[in-house]
Amino acid sequence: MSRPSGVVGVFAHVDTTVRAIHALRARGASSFTVYTPMPVDEITEALEGHPLPWSPVRFFTLAGGITGTAGGFALTIWSHLKWGLVTGGKPIVSIPPFVIIAFELTILLGGLATLLAVFLTGRIPLFRRSPGYDPRFSSDHFGIAVECPPAQAAEVRGLLQAAGAVEVRG
Amino acid sequence: MSEGTVTHVTLGQVNRDIVRTLEPPGSLYYFWMSIIGLTLSAAILAWTYQIEIGMGVAGYRTPTMWAFYITNFVFWIGIGHAGTLISAILYLFRARWRTSIYRAAEAMTVFAVMTAGLFPVIHVGRMWYVYWLLPYPNERYLWPNFRSPLLWDVFAVTTYLTISVVFFYVGLIPDIAAVRDASTGWRRRIYGILALGWEGADRQWKHYRRGYGLLAALATPLVVSVHSVVSWDFAMALLPGWHSTLFAPFFVNGAIFSGFAMVLVLILPMRYFFNLYPYITDRHLDAMGKLTLVTSLVLSYFYVCEGFTAWYSANVYEWQSYVWKWVGTYGPLFWLQIFGNSVAPLSLFSRRARTSPVTLYIVSIFVLIGMWLERFIIIVPSLARGFHPYTWGNYAPRWPEITITVGSFAFFFILFLACIRLLPSVSIVEVKETVPHPVKEPHA
Repeated sequence: MSRPSGVVGVFAHVDTTVRAIHALRARGASSFTVYTPMPVDEITEALEGHPLPWSPVRFFTLAGGITGTAGGFALTIWSHLKWGLVTGGKPIVSIPPFVIIAFELTILLGGLATLLAVFLTGRIPLFRRSPGYDPRFSSDHFGIAVECPPAQAAEVRGLLQAAGAVEVRG
Repeated sequence: MSEGTVTHVTLGQVNRDIVRTLEPPGSLYYFWMSIIGLTLSAAILAWTYQIEIGMGVAGYRTPTMWAFYITNFVFWIGIGHAGTLISAILYLFRARWRTSIYRAAEAMTVFAVMTAGLFPVIHVGRMWYVYWLLPYPNERYLWPNFRSPLLWDVFAVTTYLTISVVFFYVGLIPDIAAVRDASTGWRRRIYGILALGWEGADRQWKHYRRGYGLLAALATPLVVSVHSVVSWDFAMALLPGWHSTLFAPFFVNGAIFSGFAMVLVLILPMRYFFNLYPYITDRHLDAMGKLTLVTSLVLSYFYVCEGFTAWYSANVYEWQSYVWKWVGTYGPLFWLQIFGNSVAPLSLFSRRARTSPVTLYIVSIFVLIGMWLERFIIIVPSLARGFHPYTWGNYAPRWPEITITVGSFAFFFILFLACIRLLPSVSIVEVKETVPHPVKEPHA
C-alpha cells in the first residue's frame, strides 16, 4: 500500500486512550483514527472537533423531511385536481387529510435521508478492512491508528507506549 | 448505581455472553420451530382455500364486512408500538434501563408490523389486485382518494414498517460488527457483509450517534400518528361505537399497553433460555410492570369516558350500541376484555408481582387476550348493531379465519425465534456503554 506508514496503538483502558489522544493532539497530529467498541464520553470529549467540528447528518434529515412535506402536498393536491371528484362533501383540495399524507412522507423521507447520511458520512459500506483495524476494537480494546511519514514513526510509537498502550504495531 | 444499569461485568464478558446466544440451538428450539412451522402451514392452506372459494368462507356478510382480519391488523400494528416506545422514546428520555431489552422490543416491532401487513392483503380477497392501494398513475386518471382513512393507513403503515426496519438495522450495524469479529469461517463472512465494514472509528461513531438520535426523534411522532390513523379507519365513519374523537389517544394507549405485554411474553423466556440474568434484571421487570400498569389505568379511564359519552350524549343509537356490547351476544367477550385489560393488571401494584416472572407472564397473557378482544369488540358489535334494526346481523368466525389468526401468531414467532438465533437479541454496544469502563488509574 502506498499510503504513509501507520502506527497502531492498542489500549485496554479509557484513561490511557484519552492520554494518548491528548498527547497526539498536543503534537499537532491530525491524521489519526480512534477505534472504540462503543461510544465513550471521555474519548468523544478528547476528540472534540476531530476530524470535523460538527456532523452534517442533520442537514440530510432536514432536506429529506422538507422534500417529504412538499412531495406529500404536491402528490395529493395534484392528483385531486386531475380527478376532481367530490367525496364526503369536502372541497376538491381538502387540506386536513392531505396533512396526514404529507406528515407520513416527511417522516419517511427524513428517515431514509438520515440513513443515507449515516452511510455517506461514516463511509460505509466499506468493503476492505482499514489497515489499522483490529478485531479486538469491537470487543474490549480501544485503538489509535496514526498515519505518519516513516521518519516520525519511532516518535509516535514512543508516544503511544508512554501513554500506556498494551501493544504498538507498525 | 443508576437505575437498571449492569455493573458487575466487563466489556469482554458482555461480548462473550451475547455472542454466545448465537450458538447453534438445541433440540427444544427445533421442536418449537416445527410446531410453529406446521401451524403456519395450516394457515397458508386456509388462505389458499379462501382465495379459491371466496371471502364468504371467512363468515363475511353484511353488515359485518370487517371482522377477524381487521381485528388482527389493528392488534398486530398495536403490538409494534411498544417496541418503538422502548427503542425511540425511552432513548430520547435517556432511560438507561431500556438498553438490555430494546433490541428484542425493536425486533418485535418489525415482525409485528410485517404480520399486520399481511391482513389487508388477506382481507381484500382478490389479493392480486392489492397494488391498487398504491397511488400510481394509470391511463384513466383513477387515483386513490386521499380523503379516505384507508389510504392514510397505506401511507402510515408503509412508513412505519420502513422506518422501523431502518431503525432496527442501524442499531444492529455495530453489534453485527462485534459478532463478525468474534466468529469464524462462513459465519464471519455473512456477518461481515451485514456489518457493512463497520469499524467503530471515531468519525463513524460521531455521525452514527447523530443519525441514531434523529431517527429516534422521527420515530417518536410517527408511532403516535400510526395508531391514530388506524383509529380513524373507524372514527371517521358515522357508525355508533366508532364515531368518537376519543379514538386516536384511546388506540395509541391501548397499542402501547398490548405491546408491553408482548415484550414481557418475549423477554421472560429469552432471559431464562439464554441465561441473560445479569442483563435483564428484576429492575427491568419492575420498570416494565410499572409501564404496563400505567397504560392499563389510562385505558380503564378511556373505557369509563367511552361509556360516559354514550350515556350523557342521550343519543339513542350510541347508547343502544354501547349497552348491547355489555349484555348482547358478545357480552361475555366484553367482560373478559375488561378483566384482562383493567382488572388483571391491577395486581402489578404489588412490587412482588412486578418482579415475579410467573405473575408477569400470566398478567401479560391476560392483557394480550384482553387487547385482542378489545379490537374485536370495537369492530364487530359496532357493525352488527348499526342505526337501523333492519340491517342488524351477527358474526361468528369460521375455521379459515380462526386458522389464519392462529397462523399469524406462528408467522410472528417464527420470525422472532429465527431472529434471536441469528442476530444479537441484546444490544452489545448499548450494554457496553452502561457497564463500568476499564480505567487503569482510577484516581488520576
